[in-house]
Amino acid sequence: MANKLKLAVSPHIHSGRSTMGIMRDVIIALLPAAIAGSVIFGLRSLLVIGVCVASCVLLEAVFNKITKKEQTIGDLSAVVTGLLLALNLPANIPVWQCVVGSVFAIVVVKCLFGGIGYNVVNPAITARVFMLVAFGSMTIQAYPKVVDVASSATPLAVMADGGNAPELFDLFKGLHGGAIGETCAAALLVGFVYLLVRRVITWHIPVSYIGSVFVLSLLMENFDFVRALSMVLSGGLLIGAIFMATDYVTSPSTAKGKLIFGLGAGVLTFLIRYFGNYPEGVSFAILLMNILNPYIMSWTSHKVFGGGKA
Amino acid sequence: MSFFLNGVHVPHRKNTADKSAVRMESPKTVTIPVSMHIGVPATPIVAVGDIVKVGTKIAEESGAISSPVFSSVSGKVVKISDILLSNGSTAPAITIESDNEMSVDESVAPPTVNSREELIEAVRKSGIVGLGGAGFPTYIKLNVDPSRIEELIINGAECEPYITSDTLTMIDRVEDMEYALEALKLHLGIKRIIMGVESNKKRAIAQMKMLSDKVEGLEVKVLPSVYPQGGEKVLVYHLTKKIIPVGKLPIDVGCIVLNCTTLASIGSYLKTGMPLVEKCVTVDGGAVCEPKNVIVPIGTSVSDVFEYCGGFKSEPAKILYGGPMMGIAVPDTSAPVIKNTNAIIALTEKEAKLPKTTACISCGSCTNACPFGLAPAAILAAYKKKDTERLEELSVNACMECGCCSFICPANRPLVQTNKLAKILLKEEKAKEVQK
Repeated sequence: MANKLKLAVSPHIHSGRSTMGIMRDVIIALLPAAIAGSVIFGLRSLLVIGVCVASCVLLEAVFNKITKKEQTIGDLSAVVTGLLLALNLPANIPVWQCVVGSVFAIVVVKCLFGGIGYNVVNPAITARVFMLVAFGSMTIQAYPKVVDVASSATPLAVMADGGNAPELFDLFKGLHGGAIGETCAAALLVGFVYLLVRRVITWHIPVSYIGSVFVLSLLMENFDFVRALSMVLSGGLLIGAIFMATDYVTSPSTAKGKLIFGLGAGVLTFLIRYFGNYPEGVSFAILLMNILNPYIMSWTSHKVFGGGKA
Repeated sequence: MSFFLNGVHVPHRKNTADKSAVRMESPKTVTIPVSMHIGVPATPIVAVGDIVKVGTKIAEESGAISSPVFSSVSGKVVKISDILLSNGSTAPAITIESDNEMSVDESVAPPTVNSREELIEAVRKSGIVGLGGAGFPTYIKLNVDPSRIEELIINGAECEPYITSDTLTMIDRVEDMEYALEALKLHLGIKRIIMGVESNKKRAIAQMKMLSDKVEGLEVKVLPSVYPQGGEKVLVYHLTKKIIPVGKLPIDVGCIVLNCTTLASIGSYLKTGMPLVEKCVTVDGGAVCEPKNVIVPIGTSVSDVFEYCGGFKSEPAKILYGGPMMGIAVPDTSAPVIKNTNAIIALTEKEAKLPKTTACISCGSCTNACPFGLAPAAILAAYKKKDTERLEELSVNACMECGCCSFICPANRPLVQTNKLAKILLKEEKAKEVQK
């Protein structure tokens, strides 16, 4: 017995938390949005989701195999990337474009930078931006199948052209044009609550991000609450603020840093939406903040108890 | 400036809290190391063949920081040789064959204590060291200018999983604690005593509240059961809001911190004159047949103690001195129980299994769990590059090695382990600079 005893430095127990567990929680939190999207935009949504998830996982597996790296698909992060990417695409997007987007997300943004933990920017966001620039189909949004929606453009596009804000309750239910997972605010908020309860994320980034967009829109819209609230509920803001801006690897880990990150993304989103050429600015805003993340982190390090600055 | 010291929720596993400690009979032999404290090892003053009794001094202190060592059984010295200590160093140890009589040395008599000097001298002679784990000779802590002492802090937090030996001290050794507190108050002029107990020790809290009714100036504070509540700097902050700067001692902010069992040991020495020759240890872990607290003669081998608890019900995969958060894994069961051993834990294969290390996902859990707000992930990156300047900048020397970061890390990265290495690296660098 004596020679079989394990020797190791403390601690000798572990909390049981794992990367896989965290990713599983994110997937669970995204399910309401995925289901809502499939109901609102029809079963083709499921095809898009399936293709993106399958390509992301397969690509990561093959990349690891070819480069003789340890297999990492078990941590489910590739599933999260695939799912997030799909939910950010319109339901009517051609399948081959889903595959190209997945290649960009997993191979270019994630694996070539060293795999999980080493990517500089969020893979799903960056792939979406890439697709937005590369494919015209990204801007031709799908429309809800379940109701007859008279307006042919997404709410943000309508409002950008000076049109009326849509019914708030319809926005909340997600009955308007947009990407599969971004329209149903109710489903996204359910996911948000789940992530908070499971302590996967904290409130800081989503609240500061969404809050700053709301306040700035309110000022811009002469305190028209309905229009400002429409700004919050439309486009990719909720899914972006809750699921993409909170990506651990590419966002700050300190509370102060998170607030700065959320605020920065909010201001950028507002500027792009109101003064830029795109009606939607969430992806660009998060991508830019991803790049600023290392700087935010070094500005906001914790104070060390009884010592200097960390 | 105010801080919120985080920490982690560890499993309590205080299986042995409701059973009073049982005293183990004399083992056949005891092996007592001369180094059971921080500081210079004591010097053996017995030779092979000498007859000793319980309480006979067998090694005397040498140097400014040291502590004497006493025989814990009556019998014959059979061997004096180097043994491997749990911290990896070697030191002489005195092996005594017991005659099973447990007869007490004639010199054992209550000390005369009428002044501060006599009290400190008594504590020095008692061989008492910090029993919370560190093993720092207690008399040195007490030997400070009394005008510097603002508060005496009693540590009853006992935040490590499994361990309940301090809990039992607070339940069963109230008189010893009272005796010591009165003596410390009288001779050191201590006015204010604050005791911190974690909320999960209901019986101990009740006993200590009763004690505070009797001892004037004693205040008992119930603290949340969050690990590492019993860390010295954490405890002092939570009880007094005083921040002990990195590299400083509690006395630098006017505090003396004593573990509750250390306190009780002072009390029993003052009452009886019997030096520190036995120790209550928690014996637990999934591999142990009958987990319980056992009062054992110091020097009893770990295997004898396990045997007394019915042996193992399954093969232990890891044996720990101390708790699972900060305890030391030992290579075999021949190692002895020493003065500051508060638990011996035998983990099963399943309990000892740790998850695989994967890539850092920058979740920030380590920093958020660290009571002192350190950034273990950044320290690990700096250590890999051997960037000592960055390590200094990250204040790695503030780390108390509590292990919260590694415990919480979803990628199970070797964080606290690297902090320890980084501290050693900085020490070595400093030594090199001095040489230049």
